[in-house]
Amino acid sequence: MMKRNLLLLLGVIVLAVGPLIFHSKTAKFSGSDDQASELISTIQPGYHRWALPLWQPPSAEIESLIFAVQAALGAGLLGYYFGRRRGYAEGKGASEGRATH
Amino acid sequence: MHIMEGYLPASHCVAWGAVSAPFVVAGAMRVKKVVREHPEVKLLLAASGAYVFVLSALKLPSVTGSCSHPTGTGLAAALFGPTVTTVLSAIVLLFQALLLAHGGITTLGANIFSMGIVGPFVAYGLYRGLPAVGLGVPAAIFAAATLGDLSTYVVTSFQLAIAFPDPAGGILGAAVKFLGVFAFTQVPLAISEGLLTVIVWNLLGKYSREELSTLGALQGRPA
Repeated sequence: MMKRNLLLLLGVIVLAVGPLIFHSKTAKFSGSDDQASELISTIQPGYHRWALPLWQPPSAEIESLIFAVQAALGAGLLGYYFGRRRGYAEGKGASEGRATH
Repeated sequence: MHIMEGYLPASHCVAWGAVSAPFVVAGAMRVKKVVREHPEVKLLLAASGAYVFVLSALKLPSVTGSCSHPTGTGLAAALFGPTVTTVLSAIVLLFQALLLAHGGITTLGANIFSMGIVGPFVAYGLYRGLPAVGLGVPAAIFAAATLGDLSTYVVTSFQLAIAFPDPAGGILGAAVKFLGVFAFTQVPLAISEGLLTVIVWNLLGKYSREELSTLGALQGRPA
């Protein structure tokens, strides 16, 4: 299973790194939501954005900080979950092993 | 990427909110029931939400030369069903709307509809349906996560197209343009999400068999 998972992970890395190499000279890699709002302003130039976010991260650095916190919280919890389950599975195997000896 | 604050007319915001609200309520009731009857799956529920959290935070480059992020909803949909996933998605969307100015409060209903309802229902349907026609469970999980992700952005494109029809091409003409921005960008990201979800599924199969059988999530899979 480990080998198969590593192969799958390699696939993810290729899919993420590929575009960076492929488009290294030309693309800006802006967000698709920004492109959508540009598209809206060409389709309906008079559209007035009638609500603005209650709060905006004051800079790109702070925004990436909050995104990193979001990812860290999620990854931390996932790691905790699998760590617990693995420890439980191994602990159970060990105690069963002792019981038979 | 979700529809940004203020980018849907107020009437659309209300309409999408009204469509999504019953799913959020049904999902919240289901979460309560599952947790009450099977407290041992609480941690797995939290881990499924954490997966949505992580994947929604990963803005990845795409072949179109722009960036977007996966949704992470396919895993929770397969494990807990679509309406539970609606609740998890709503939490993540609210977090990003309030703290990241990503998505929005006015567009929350529309974004819950695409990410928390259509995506998870597509994923759940494929997860249940594909093994029934003979496909293996890992392949079904891959298809569920990939197409659940992609369908979310197809819906986003149509939601914007309905709000901003093209002067020449109408709603369909606008949909083609928005699909070009959202859906095409999303294809490699959706595949990445499919691959990652299979990895997590493999780990669950190894370490969490008891929970999986509690959830009936291993249905149709030889033990």
